[in-house]
Amino acid sequence: MKSWLLTKDHKRIAVLYLATVTLFFFLGGAFATLIRVELLTPQGGLVSSETYNKLFTMHGVTMVFFFLIPSIPATLGNFFLPLMIGARDLAFPRINLLSWYLLVIGGLLALFAMLAGGVDTGWTFYTPYSTTYSNSWVIATALGIFVAGFSSILTGLNFIVTVHRMRAPGMTWFRMPLFVWSMYATSLIQVLGTPVLAVTLVLVFCERVFHIGIFDPALGGDPVLFQHLFWFYSHPAVYIMVLPGMGVISEVISVFSRKSVFGYAFVAFSSVAIAVLGFLVWGHHLFVSTQSVYAGMVFSFLSYFVAIPSAIKVFNWTATLYKGSISFATPMLYAFGFIGLFTIGGLTGLFVASLGIDVHVTDTYFVIAHFHYIMVGGTIMAYMAGMHYWWPKMTGRMYPEGWAKLSALVIFLGFNLTFFPQFILGYLGMPRRYHVYPDEFQVLHVLSTAGASVLAVGYLMPMIYFIWSLRYGALAPANPWGATGLEWKTASPPPVHNFDEAPVVTHEAYDYSTVMGEVIEVG
Amino acid sequence: MGSLPLFPEQASTIAPEVDHLLYYLLTVAVFFTLLIFGAIFYFAIRYRRRSERELPHVIHGGLTLEVLWSVIPFGLTMVMFSWGASIFFTESRPPADALQIYAVGKQWMWKLQHLEGQREINELHIPMGRAVRLTMTSEDVIHSFFVPAFRTKEDVVPGRYSTTWFQPTKPGKYHLFCAEYCGTNHSRMIGWIYVMEPRDYENWVSGGGPTGSLADEGGRLFESLACSNCHKPDGSGRCPNLVGLFGRIVQLSNGSTVVADEAYIRESILQPTAKIVAGYQPLMPTFQGLVTEEGVLELVEYIKSLGPKPGAPAGANVPVVVPHQQ
Repeated sequence: MKSWLLTKDHKRIAVLYLATVTLFFFLGGAFATLIRVELLTPQGGLVSSETYNKLFTMHGVTMVFFFLIPSIPATLGNFFLPLMIGARDLAFPRINLLSWYLLVIGGLLALFAMLAGGVDTGWTFYTPYSTTYSNSWVIATALGIFVAGFSSILTGLNFIVTVHRMRAPGMTWFRMPLFVWSMYATSLIQVLGTPVLAVTLVLVFCERVFHIGIFDPALGGDPVLFQHLFWFYSHPAVYIMVLPGMGVISEVISVFSRKSVFGYAFVAFSSVAIAVLGFLVWGHHLFVSTQSVYAGMVFSFLSYFVAIPSAIKVFNWTATLYKGSISFATPMLYAFGFIGLFTIGGLTGLFVASLGIDVHVTDTYFVIAHFHYIMVGGTIMAYMAGMHYWWPKMTGRMYPEGWAKLSALVIFLGFNLTFFPQFILGYLGMPRRYHVYPDEFQVLHVLSTAGASVLAVGYLMPMIYFIWSLRYGALAPANPWGATGLEWKTASPPPVHNFDEAPVVTHEAYDYSTVMGEVIEVG
Repeated sequence: MGSLPLFPEQASTIAPEVDHLLYYLLTVAVFFTLLIFGAIFYFAIRYRRRSERELPHVIHGGLTLEVLWSVIPFGLTMVMFSWGASIFFTESRPPADALQIYAVGKQWMWKLQHLEGQREINELHIPMGRAVRLTMTSEDVIHSFFVPAFRTKEDVVPGRYSTTWFQPTKPGKYHLFCAEYCGTNHSRMIGWIYVMEPRDYENWVSGGGPTGSLADEGGRLFESLACSNCHKPDGSGRCPNLVGLFGRIVQLSNGSTVVADEAYIRESILQPTAKIVAGYQPLMPTFQGLVTEEGVLELVEYIKSLGPKPGAPAGANVPVVVPHQQ
């Protein structure tokens, strides 16, 4: 126990993160379940409006700040970034442990707020509701997010320094696996964006506790200022959540089609482009917030620029399959699911970036559906792809392939049944965050809840068979997939110092001729 | 349960325009979804792994393809941008002859005031075929005025006025929703828009309010708050003459100017020292807490009703430079 709680090994810290974010995932999932059950009927009979508002707030807070943001970077990134560049650990192992403790402290504060009575502001904490009107645990929750933010900043800092300073001999920037590029881009956003969230939360604290007029017009403040500050972080935060997933998909698509990723440099630079452009589009959340008409136009225009690098990635992944040798192993099925759902999520992003459409669909279920396609359909599918892909390396055990393939299918179907009806609901005009709703929306809500039940089963399956495999799974060889990354050149699981012999890199990433014996050339 | 609606009613001039843009977006989205899904299915089956020893030829990429699949989508998105922006621009510019109505949002109801004096709660009666302009504010938190059948939505923000407008095209009863989360009973902050035949509307509105028009109400408030002690119609008071003020450019003591619109009048009532008219002392006390947002709107209407706007056509915000007042 002590050896785990005081460990400075990035692999063990990754496992600590994995346990932590898994707990938060199931907590956030429990809130989602209650929301979906409540929405089965239009009258809102299961819980009170007050409780319902707390449920969607705590669902959002838990999933965004304590699951999605740390999910891939802090677990898979922590475990594999050093291994993939041939390093023995991250640049600052003690800071790495500290960042896990900060997430735990932040999480406990948020958890305390939930148990003490909950918070009802929505995860967006819009003012002046959050600063003046809400009678719930705003400060404790905000403090939890504030502390967890430093975990995110420190992880980002650690990764940036590690990528700059700790690459193995021969591991040039353009030989790095694309997962490393995406983690690097993500880290830039974490380091540059998260402090703005911290400042914003401090301002909310100042107004709520000391009544200093910043956002509440009754105190001389400007309520829309909060929205600018909040989205200046929270829009880039969408990319903190999805860029790591894109990195995982680049790895998985390559390995299971046994081909170098098509347009490597374009995929690598599109990650950086997304990170940079992501900072210039926050105002597209404010099209109906009394922002000036011309500001709305500028933000709409810039939002389309950030769509292009995402499109480039999707096209390049698809082109990678061309004349490949395609395996239908579980990680690949999840990756296919990712591309499909991310494509729908991305294309519906074009709808909400268009001013004329957004005026109608903003703050409706259309937006809910859109961002769940990105964050659940995108990020969580990618997270699952990565978990299956690297599970043998992390644990030294294989998961049961048949069950895993079934879970990918169940999650894909359940996801679409849950969220596709919400696009229709949104265009019909069903506003988000509604506890009771007009009868005519019920059929679509029932379909969505039915989908959510399927989805829940899909998420429980990996939870069970992963744990089962720790004891009963077949022993994993060092390189079960025939992958080229350095992480596959050491034992499964890797020794404490990662490599028995310091690796030297002589080839570009994804050169499959280096890991195969006798071959049949195809394509 | 029962019915399964798939598309909202079109009941305003802007609704078909928004829907046409939607059809364009749907076409592009369906095309690319089928393209990507189709390519993945085709490649996955066509190039499935038949032997563990397969090694595909290396393909590094192609610049032509990269340029093509960046430039073509970018062109398509620029159509989405321009088309959406042009609708948005129309939505932000109410016609000059629009019927003026005021809305105040508060936790958790909509209060609507007609110029003739009628007040409604969670209901709004409007005539078909006539553009309606809403000037809105909130007494507490942010709300949002959303009419799905009209495809319009605008936030209702405390401390400022926002506007939205629509021209109904079909008589009927349409949902009004609060779209910005505003607390416990957010989902009960809903109402109905009744679009009436113009003649029915005339009958409905001609009854007037129980206490006269909105401007009459404002006039009474102007007296009871003792505004008239200083703001005298002949300009002899200690404060600026308000006759013909609305819509004009006002010279301020700090050298800048401001157009006397609804927001300026509201601010001058609630924070009188924020902008001092050139030539006057900051004597006026604040009326924050003494007058409700509805009261402020009545005062605004009263000031609008005070005399003609010299040199300005009725209903238009054509600014006229005010000579320096002594």
